[in-house]
Amino acid sequence: MPKTLFEKIWDAHVVAQRADGRELIYIDRHVLHELHAPHAFEQLEKQHRAVRRPDLTFSMQDHTVATKPGRNDETNPSGAAFLKAMRDGSRRNGIRLFDIDDPEQGICHVVAPEVGIVLPGATHAVPDSHASTVGGLGALAFGCGTSELAHILATQVMALKRPTRMRVRLDGRFGAHVSAKDVALRLIAELGVAGARGSVVEYSGSAVRAMAIEQRMTLCNLNIEMGGRSGLIAPDDAAFGWIAGRPFAPRDAMWERALAQWRTLASDDDAEFDREHVLDCSDLEPQITWGTDPSQVLGISGRVPDPTAFDASRRAAAENALAYMGLRPGTPLAGVPVDRVFIGSCTNSRLPDLKAAAEVVRGRCVAPGVIAMVVPGSTTVKREAEAAGLDRVFRDAGFFWGESGCSMCAGGNGDRGKPGERCVSTTNRNFEHRQGPKVRTHLASPETAAATALLGRIADVREVLSGNA
Amino acid sequence: MQPFTSHTGIAVPLLEDEINTDQIAPVQSMRALKPDYKALLFMRARRRDDGSEDPDFVLNRPRFRNPGILVTGHNFGAGSSREAAVWGMLANGIRVIVARSFADIYRENCLQNGLLPVVLAAADAQAFEARVLAVNGVAPFTVDLVAQRIGGPGGPDMIFEIPAPDRMRLIEGLDDIGFSLKHTDAIANWERRSAAEQPWLQTARDHRTS
Repeated sequence: MPKTLFEKIWDAHVVAQRADGRELIYIDRHVLHELHAPHAFEQLEKQHRAVRRPDLTFSMQDHTVATKPGRNDETNPSGAAFLKAMRDGSRRNGIRLFDIDDPEQGICHVVAPEVGIVLPGATHAVPDSHASTVGGLGALAFGCGTSELAHILATQVMALKRPTRMRVRLDGRFGAHVSAKDVALRLIAELGVAGARGSVVEYSGSAVRAMAIEQRMTLCNLNIEMGGRSGLIAPDDAAFGWIAGRPFAPRDAMWERALAQWRTLASDDDAEFDREHVLDCSDLEPQITWGTDPSQVLGISGRVPDPTAFDASRRAAAENALAYMGLRPGTPLAGVPVDRVFIGSCTNSRLPDLKAAAEVVRGRCVAPGVIAMVVPGSTTVKREAEAAGLDRVFRDAGFFWGESGCSMCAGGNGDRGKPGERCVSTTNRNFEHRQGPKVRTHLASPETAAATALLGRIADVREVLSGNA
Repeated sequence: MQPFTSHTGIAVPLLEDEINTDQIAPVQSMRALKPDYKALLFMRARRRDDGSEDPDFVLNRPRFRNPGILVTGHNFGAGSSREAAVWGMLANGIRVIVARSFADIYRENCLQNGLLPVVLAAADAQAFEARVLAVNGVAPFTVDLVAQRIGGPGGPDMIFEIPAPDRMRLIEGLDDIGFSLKHTDAIANWERRSAAEQPWLQTARDHRTS
């Protein structure tokens, strides 16, 4: 019976079927963060239950850490209790912690692949909806809540209902300055915020094969924004090469053995999917959101839509979105003045993201009055970016260059905009008030964000670089 | 987990689609390890810019001060996986959410906490929403999970479907971890097999230190 990649990984991880019909899926790697794990540690201790596999569990400090240079626990006062509880809980349970001052600290979805915790064909769980970021390496990852987190700590399994199978094929070749972020935003626009609900999405096609691993992670990261249960990409030589030599990856004979197995990780030719979607990326221009959910997307040359043109079910939402965003129908998005630019988050904070943005910025200056921030996804990314001189490029242009963490994506560390500010952000959610009360968020790629910072208005990076802006 | 068999309470109409967890439990409300879960629910919608209560927000209206059932639209609970978005409901006495549809992780978090997620058939959903609006918090509805029935003013009882395993889990108030730990032997066997067949999965060693 031909199988999809997802089914191969799933079937290989079924431990048992519970009396309620749920399948117990073994979790090979469990990655925690400090916003939710302390509550689960406490719950387990109350129940006198132990962590089954602390050796397969990793703790990260990312959501509440300050980004100011020279930071410590107290720099973000509301984070201190979380950081301490995470530190204490991890120590009590024998879990390796990437603490705030660890040379490899950073956003859980960035650090785990970076240190080699993520392997093709492995199952992952993270108490965070962006867990499937690591699907870019061919791992099957599930986001979960706090109760499920405690469940995994105690049992090393998740009790799941089998998801449905979906495939998104990306054809064609990207134009210049078009990235995985733009493709993902276009997909969410086409499929809707619940378009992949209940499904594991496999991304395939020539455009995916051509993507660097970091781009694949951006694509899989945004899978949840169309409601997907998980998202992944069949691993190839690019993925294997990316993993080789990372500290937690297998070595020597074990590496060869793993590699042989990883080469079987692809959907069979005649495997069936419950749903398929195709997008030709060839004519895609940079994309940006205009509204307050990630499906409200336009090409950068587009004009703000007229809600009266929407069908009745979406009209009210569009009207509300425009009111919140302070935009009028018919306005070209390019040219709308902005107050802030944020480059960072688990979506777009890896080294190639920062390099692409830096190439736009190099030798130019942030527009007067614009607050522009770059927050690397991990301390490793920060160190590598500094070795490449990127911090100088950003700082010389007037950007803030921060310590690693989730920062302005959800503002859990106090990095937020002021009411009424308009922010172009490389993050994943443009929900109302997410980046601060009344902050108006436009999601876009690192290059679009960088170009916008320079002009002080939403910009088409291609025009900035060609000197036509 | 508190078992769920039947719940009688005031049904609150919040008839919008796409209400996400940033609206239900804003991250800014979770600054403390143990925040006030009652106060954080829809914290932003509940307050005006000057910090005073917004009397127009449905949960602030006198008739909806003691809610029991939330009635809402499509894709409820999209976004972050934060479970505070469920704990906030329970802290306010809401033990049932009747939605047009739920985001996956949010629905899972409901089941973990004895909060009943109900999706009615489309025609029934519309009729139920109309009844909830018409009764306007004056009289309660009863949601009976054993009979899979919603009863209350303005019409006949309505039947709802829910997967049998989810129903059983809520009715029995199962300790989900305990339920899975019945399979401890199978877990240990799986680990042994995996260690033999794919040993790189059963170890996660930092090669620099060991």
